[in-house]
Amino acid sequence: MASTVRIDRIRCQGHGLCAELLPELIELDDWGYPILRREDVPEALEAHARRAVAVCPVLALRLERGPRRTPPPAA
Amino acid sequence: MTVDSLLWYTIRGAGAVSLVLLTAILCLGIVSALRWSSPAWPRFLTVGLHRNLALLALVVLALHIVLAVVDPYTALGWRAAVIPFAVGYRRLWLGLGSVALYLIVTLVVTSLLRQVIGLRLWRFVHWAAYACWPVAMIHGMGTGSDFGLTWMVALDVVSAAAVVAAVGLRLRAGSVSISSPESAAALRPAVRAERPQ
Amino acid sequence: MNTALRLLDGPDGEAGAESLTSHQLRLGTLPPPEPAWLIDAVERSGLLGRGGAAFPAGRKWRSVAERSAGRAVVVVNGAEGEPLSGKDRTLMAIRPHLVLDGAEVAAAAVRAREVLLYVGTEYPAARSALMRATAERGAGRVPMTLVEAPTGYVSGEESAAVQYIDRGLALPTTTPPRPFERGVGGRPTLIQNVETLAASALIARFGPGWYRGAGRDLSPGTALVSLSGAVARPGVIEVELGSTVGEAVSTAGLSEAPGAVLVGGYAGAWVPADAAWDLSLDPVRLRREGLAMGCGVISVLPASTCPVQATAEILSFMAGASAGQCGPCRFGLGAAAETASRLARGAGVAGDVDRLRRWCGQLPGRGACGHPDGAARLLGSALSAFAEEFRLHEERRCGSTRRSERVA
Repeated sequence: MASTVRIDRIRCQGHGLCAELLPELIELDDWGYPILRREDVPEALEAHARRAVAVCPVLALRLERGPRRTPPPAA
Repeated sequence: MTVDSLLWYTIRGAGAVSLVLLTAILCLGIVSALRWSSPAWPRFLTVGLHRNLALLALVVLALHIVLAVVDPYTALGWRAAVIPFAVGYRRLWLGLGSVALYLIVTLVVTSLLRQVIGLRLWRFVHWAAYACWPVAMIHGMGTGSDFGLTWMVALDVVSAAAVVAAVGLRLRAGSVSISSPESAAALRPAVRAERPQ
Repeated sequence: MNTALRLLDGPDGEAGAESLTSHQLRLGTLPPPEPAWLIDAVERSGLLGRGGAAFPAGRKWRSVAERSAGRAVVVVNGAEGEPLSGKDRTLMAIRPHLVLDGAEVAAAAVRAREVLLYVGTEYPAARSALMRATAERGAGRVPMTLVEAPTGYVSGEESAAVQYIDRGLALPTTTPPRPFERGVGGRPTLIQNVETLAASALIARFGPGWYRGAGRDLSPGTALVSLSGAVARPGVIEVELGSTVGEAVSTAGLSEAPGAVLVGGYAGAWVPADAAWDLSLDPVRLRREGLAMGCGVISVLPASTCPVQATAEILSFMAGASAGQCGPCRFGLGAAAETASRLARGAGVAGDVDRLRRWCGQLPGRGACGHPDGAARLLGSALSAFAEEFRLHEERRCGSTRRSERVA
């Protein structure tokens, strides 16, 4: 079953390890903060996504089961 | 060489290797906190080595402790290992070894369970790492009958120098938070983009 | 002169706050509160939130009611941090009883234990009107307490309001959980804009069918709109949803030849004047066109004012208003503001516009709240509506004859 990557944007301090371990889904902007190219994690990358979640020094990443459930913040 | 002295040297050797590993682990922890990286040395390498060397150190330490306890020559018994300052032989120095053991086990277990216990508790406990290294170092200096040996002294001096240098860098950096766009850009890891599969 | 009068019906605003007697003479008393009926009525009316997100109010009320179990909190959001918006403070100052009626209705519908009136500290008229009105009404079913909202654009953001009430920090928090699940004191919280609540007070009296009697396009009802900029009579008017921007502006009259119109507020979008007049003031319609109703701001930019300068000023404000908690907003928005300012004052460098476009694309969805999304919408609309002006500025030239002092 597919998972979704969620980033706690307040916790995130731009360490950038997630982009090193999950480059297929995460790249960094000019200041080192993650850009999620896509949120849903393909089966093949599941283990890598789990590693990326575990390696974040401030635990800003989370892996949720299933597709995205909550809507994005109200603009 | 007799079995007894082989045993003794293995215990001492495992202790020395543990110290080297602890030195490397502490230095890597500081490198990680300072957010250093290069195109050839990504941040996950620092973090991964830090973790794996810690697990390796546990194994080497286990060897060191088990052999020290069962060694008929020292006749220390398990109480010496698990209860600090319980046994009379070089009570203080030996006791510090138990203290170091508890610190290391706590550091490793909390780190393995970091996602469960949460960041704040993990970070609070992890400061104990700075206490762990000197305790282990002093334990080694105090318990070893071969402290006078050149290679042991050299090992201690080099390890101490590395730790002092690393801690010095850490203190100088202070709070490594991002205060400006320039510092953010400077601390940004050098990540090579890969084509998606 | 308004195009429709419902919220602003009644005595002239110049007369100050409407008294309880006048309010009750004009509108009668509220019907007895029946939670299920109230929620159903608001749902069927199609009332959309007026704080900026245009979220269906009925759905929000139902979400809170489902989790309430008598513990819910209602927060009346009168923070109005948007500099160009005046509708909320106006409504609170001249129709406090309508606002308080709405709070009562919402509290009954979600079975709330208390109501908090979150009013901007810079609006003393609104505050005193509400205080006097609560005193006039005496003790109601649910205690109503005034909380002064700190100045700041983001202090009106839902999670920021909750965190301010709980901990004194008007900063957005990571969601989920949203306030409707866990808000003030961990309890389900209905935080609703002042205007939305006032409208619900009328729906409670006259029913959803009556409410749907107004509205010319996709959404029913009326809305308050703040007119500013190159208009002869700036101020707050009420319009039927689906009226055009042109109709709204004509009630205020133009004071200069218009160049463009800012629709929605600082988190809204620039529209070239010619295209703006026929724009329908309908949240759903505007969203479909990549624009936003926002908090109902319509600000006319004179043709003689440099739009690059005007955009730079807005971006600088938005960058300064950032809570600074999330890197992409703090640095991305900051860089965009700084580059736009450089372009505006004639210090442009080749590639500036491309950089702005790139950063603009990297802002949406990358903060804990919607602040970077709003700024990106504004910037994106500027780069599209004023493409030529931005190109000129990159070459250190300007097409306008003077720079703006302020957008309003």
